[in-house]
Amino acid sequence: MNNKNTHYKERVKFTLKMKKDYTILIPEMAPLHFRLIEPILSRQGFHIDLMGAEGPDVLQKGLKYVHNDICYPALLITGQMLTAMESGKYDPSKVAMVITQSGGGCRDSNYIHLMRKAFEKAGYPNVPFISANIWGLELNSGINLTPRTLLMALAGMIYGDMIMIVSNQVRPYEINKGDTDAMVDRWIERLTATFKKGRGFMPKAIEKNLHAIGEDFASIPIQKVPKVKVAVVGELFLKYSVPGNNHLEEFLAEQDCEVFMPSMLGFGVYKTNGALEDLRLYGGKPLKKLIMNIVMKFLFKVEDMLIRNIEAFDQFTAPERVNTLKERAEGVIGIGNSMGEGWYLAAEMLEMADHGYENIVCVQPFGCLPCHVSVKGMINKVRRIDPRVNAVDIEYDPGATKVNQENRIKLMLAVAKEHLNEN
Amino acid sequence: MKIGIDIGSTTIKCVVLDDQGVIIHKSYERHFAMITEKTQEVIRGLIEQFQITEPVVCAISGSAGMGLAERANIPFVQEVYATKVAMNHRLPEADVVIELGGEDAKILFLQGNLEVRMNGTCAGGTGAFADQMASLMQITVDEMNELAKQHEKIYSIASRCGVFAKTDIQPLLNQGARKEDISASIFYAIVNQTITGLAQGHPIEGNIVYLGGPLTFMSELRKSFDRTLNCKGICPEDSLHFVALGAAYYAEDTVDLNQALIKIGEQADFVTESALQPLFRNQEEYEVFTARHKEHQVPRKEGMEYHGDAYLGIDSGSTTLKVILTDSEGSILFSKYQSNQGKPIDVVRDTLVEMYEQYPDVHIVSGAVTGYGEDMIRNALGVDVGVVETVAHFTAAKYFMPDVEFIIDIGGQDMKCFKIRNGAIDNIFLNEACSSGCGSFLQTFASSLGYPIDEFAKLGLFGDNPVDLGSRCTVFMNSSVKQAQKEGVTVENISAGLSISVVKNALYKVIRVHSAEELGKKIVVQGGTFLNDAVLRAFEQEMGVDVIRPDIAGMMGAYGAALYAKQMMEHEKQHQKTTGEQEAAATKDSDILNYEELKEFTYSIKSVTCNGCNNHCQLTVNDFGNGRRFIGGNRCEKPVTNQAQDDSLNLYEYKLKLLAGYEPGHGTRGVIGLPMGLNMYEMYPFWHAFFTSLGYQVKMSGFSNRKLYLKGQGTIPSDTVCFPAKMMHGHIQQLIEMGVDAIFYPCMTYNFDEKKGANHYNCAVIAGYPEVIEANTVNFGNIKYINDYVGPHVKKEFPKRIHQVLEKHLGSFTKAEVKNACEKAYAEYDSYMQKIQEEAQRIIGQAREQKKKIIVLAGRPYHADPEINHGIHKLIAALGFAVISEDAVASLVPKFKVNLLNQWTYHARLFSAAQYVATQPDMYLVHLVSFGCGLDAVTTDEARSILEDAGKLYTQIKIDEVTNLGAVKIRLRSLMAAIEQTEEGTNLHEQ
Repeated sequence: MNNKNTHYKERVKFTLKMKKDYTILIPEMAPLHFRLIEPILSRQGFHIDLMGAEGPDVLQKGLKYVHNDICYPALLITGQMLTAMESGKYDPSKVAMVITQSGGGCRDSNYIHLMRKAFEKAGYPNVPFISANIWGLELNSGINLTPRTLLMALAGMIYGDMIMIVSNQVRPYEINKGDTDAMVDRWIERLTATFKKGRGFMPKAIEKNLHAIGEDFASIPIQKVPKVKVAVVGELFLKYSVPGNNHLEEFLAEQDCEVFMPSMLGFGVYKTNGALEDLRLYGGKPLKKLIMNIVMKFLFKVEDMLIRNIEAFDQFTAPERVNTLKERAEGVIGIGNSMGEGWYLAAEMLEMADHGYENIVCVQPFGCLPCHVSVKGMINKVRRIDPRVNAVDIEYDPGATKVNQENRIKLMLAVAKEHLNEN
Repeated sequence: MKIGIDIGSTTIKCVVLDDQGVIIHKSYERHFAMITEKTQEVIRGLIEQFQITEPVVCAISGSAGMGLAERANIPFVQEVYATKVAMNHRLPEADVVIELGGEDAKILFLQGNLEVRMNGTCAGGTGAFADQMASLMQITVDEMNELAKQHEKIYSIASRCGVFAKTDIQPLLNQGARKEDISASIFYAIVNQTITGLAQGHPIEGNIVYLGGPLTFMSELRKSFDRTLNCKGICPEDSLHFVALGAAYYAEDTVDLNQALIKIGEQADFVTESALQPLFRNQEEYEVFTARHKEHQVPRKEGMEYHGDAYLGIDSGSTTLKVILTDSEGSILFSKYQSNQGKPIDVVRDTLVEMYEQYPDVHIVSGAVTGYGEDMIRNALGVDVGVVETVAHFTAAKYFMPDVEFIIDIGGQDMKCFKIRNGAIDNIFLNEACSSGCGSFLQTFASSLGYPIDEFAKLGLFGDNPVDLGSRCTVFMNSSVKQAQKEGVTVENISAGLSISVVKNALYKVIRVHSAEELGKKIVVQGGTFLNDAVLRAFEQEMGVDVIRPDIAGMMGAYGAALYAKQMMEHEKQHQKTTGEQEAAATKDSDILNYEELKEFTYSIKSVTCNGCNNHCQLTVNDFGNGRRFIGGNRCEKPVTNQAQDDSLNLYEYKLKLLAGYEPGHGTRGVIGLPMGLNMYEMYPFWHAFFTSLGYQVKMSGFSNRKLYLKGQGTIPSDTVCFPAKMMHGHIQQLIEMGVDAIFYPCMTYNFDEKKGANHYNCAVIAGYPEVIEANTVNFGNIKYINDYVGPHVKKEFPKRIHQVLEKHLGSFTKAEVKNACEKAYAEYDSYMQKIQEEAQRIIGQAREQKKKIIVLAGRPYHADPEINHGIHKLIAALGFAVISEDAVASLVPKFKVNLLNQWTYHARLFSAAQYVATQPDMYLVHLVSFGCGLDAVTTDEARSILEDAGKLYTQIKIDEVTNLGAVKIRLRSLMAAIEQTEEGTNLHEQ
């Protein structure tokens, strides 16, 4: 039999030599977080730029080069990448792309491969794709991230979460329009300057800064009027990406809502914890278990740091710890369900309802496989358990219209307003 | 006074209440997408009628009213919420509201905690669907309602969405099913779609209220709901106006209507930005374009007298019928393109009569028929040859361009594209159900705006800024158009945008092409839709290449059939010459009925249910007299030949036999029920042995059928999940009815590691579906439902862990008996898999002895289910292939690298099977894909490229609830034709 495999193509690696004059393009997922993480990576000598293009033209490029039944984030990001290539802003032979790879059973582990195929078809076979993952998939010699850099990136994420969570709870009530956003800018500048000096990422500094952030935002003069409180949950990329969710936060703000965006760190902790749960459920190598336990212990500490510093202020609602959420999931959905948002989503909806954010927009890509289970499959049960939950699931797709999405959200808001008036 | 205005997707409704809350005025009219104008008209009418000068209390509702209300500063209330407000006032005792509109379907559960449901993106067009179906049958909606009263039977029609339903209805019409029955079936399809899409496990019971246009106007639709839900719903007074009424009740703020009138008139200042280029920048460009395309014409001798030999070609398509008569040179003597009016036989007969009357002395040497109606027309009218569509189209295209490299045909319903390599069809792309009807959508849409299609298309030629309407499917496009209209996009730009969308759907969704180079430079485009210059231009623009469009683009199938008939005749003559037979061929007559015979031709139609097997096909039997008859709707040859099909070379049948062979046993510990769906199809031997060994009776829910599916449809939470997953709900209900003690349906994130890839996951749906069942099934009663996470893939740890699961639910067990059960389970699983592989080897051997080609029907284990595969394996076997499955050959290739993260066990098998097929000259792969299978969006291109790199054909068949196999048959026959042609080519080459 002929076993020659002419079909397989070796991937283009990102080498140390490329580091000097290649621009690394990253899809901008969460604007606030990425504004903080970008300077950290730049400091390591990478030339970083973020891609946040949107609009029908961008989607068209995605549709042209990726299977049309793939999830919306993949279509959109591929479109953004190709738009960047054709923008004239970069030398196409000196560009590398970054994309995350969760390594789970979800399709997103294959985005990177689909994008490579798309680039090959579009005439850019030599662009290296860098996988961002925590499992050691696809290593590149040019990406020699030191533990120090990783810690700094983690710190960037924590600061991002902190600023996002507290600012969202101040902005709708601020007396002087613009106070909150000015404060956000001030803190990002301040943190960027700190990072540049190579500081601000050790636990002590983080503690100090987190508390200072909390104090600063708590000091913004506000007037608490009753407003509809909405939480946005669902698929990670769509939750935060502005082009991804058709400016959802903006829309909700225009509708005079307070919006709670869950922390990115929480999702990371949940996701990493999944590997440990698998070991617990099915068994596995003791060494792997040991390592995972150490990693989780560390992450729980980090998580605690963020949450404690939000909880320190009475006026702020903090996200719950993953271990608390796990208890909430008990009896709703098995902890073994870890593909995509898995059990985390149902728990999060119950959490949000308990903290006064019972109005929930649940975002998902059209046809998302894990969402059939964790969103659509669970929403009825969650409502049976906590009838306060007033959730609407919104699907995103190149063919889905904004009007339809907003109309559905408005239905949810109409019910929310009725409840608000009753109380 | 309070005013409520409801601007829906097709109508605008208005209600005025006096201070006592009594309706003093109401109106209901269609707005034909002229939303701004119509709204102004309504408001102006109100101002006049009620002499309004002061601000009045007013609110707007409705899906089309949102932007407009904002613009006019009139308070907006979401329409479902408005319904709820109206219900509170009018019918506070109601439990459930079912409201169908033109585009949307809604269900409101009013008691307890208010729950409101709107259809998702994918299920739009509910009410418009009834209109469309009626127009398909060329009757009015009222007539459809009347006809439905006389129905005798209900056909199963896919309820996923309008596009899918149409794919089921069209062939029923063509087979001659009664319109009465189809009408009633359409209503049931709407009912099923509403329930599947919106009930989502919430029981619909108590006082049910029907609202909205379709439910108000169609008594039979209400009755269908009544019967399905087992209730008696009411359709209250003002059922059309509840949303408007709710808006009026809800309204609190006053609005200056005169002021609003002006503001509504101010066009929305944003028009969706669009990246699309205009089709033509100016008239000159258009003229150059038309001059170029004028060149490709067939010689015509229509209307001239003719006495000699002639050849007849008939293309009986899904919605149209094309007939061409040529002379022996290929010049056209007679041609006709028309709708088949849902009765193709009658239409062909009339056309042939007309033809004979024009050419009484013509001598038809031979005739060929192609298209969906091929078999039926051939039987009915004695047409000499049947030819598969792809071959017919290829034959015709060669006439215009002998070295054609790519042919794309967009008809009303279907899209066919194929690549030609070395003079043979090399690669075939047919659209799946989801992107069907793009061509006819243009037409339907044009007529909904009151334009004939050609005029509508012409408008688009010079649209300066075509609007992007997406390319997923017509349901999505339709809702994009609605949005564009609301934003004030011109008809010109919508028309151009639609043409571009149709082309993009073909290019990027069906063919998956990225540049003209992949298609080859020599392209022939055909099909009725390409007669539309806007579509043609969009295609050329998008691919950046000039193509050939024959003047008979819409009739290429018929023309190709005529040419084919001639070729076959010549072939035969050649053959007779070489074999030395005395030829009488020159004088041989076609078997086609002659003028007199046609005049007297009658036929009758009967519909029966075949009870030959589990599929229970709905057959339509056409009797043409003289012992000639045609049976439609069958999936195998059994009803035709009255003999059981030979299943000896069909591994799918063998699998079912193996699975059915497991006896429940006589265990005394209780009865365990296993739902026979998704991964249980393969895990059944494992769990059966496991529980049998523990002393349980083990019962399975049986293989699926339509009835079983309907049992569970009310508990399906996601209308876009794959059909095999939806089917699981029926299996659970079946087990509950069987009264087992416990249902065992464990979550399995991981499958067995077959050492083919980087990981061995199950897909997210398979992994988590037991959770979905748990969360949405409300009637388990005393039955234990066990859905713990289990990991038999870690063999060493499994006994300990499954022991814990058992003790959690079923009492205590000794370590030894669990260990023993586990051993039995693994052994049984291995033995089952081995039996399949051995049987596959036997089939391969026997097929090779008989010189039969082998098809590897590559799907998932659960694709063996008869209701999921719709008998496709039987169809393949009936076409003369041996059929085996992917799992039977996957282990025959060593692990190899693919350009993906190869991390799902079932999908790794697909790649291995493809790799294996690539090395076997007599094997071909047919990839069976369930609609909505997201993982296959990842794997398809890879499987295709593994095969194509080895010079092999890749064929994909998408399956869903749709039971119509017409398109599948064409696809498989095209594959056969392609194989034959390639072989001939190779043989010639070798000679």
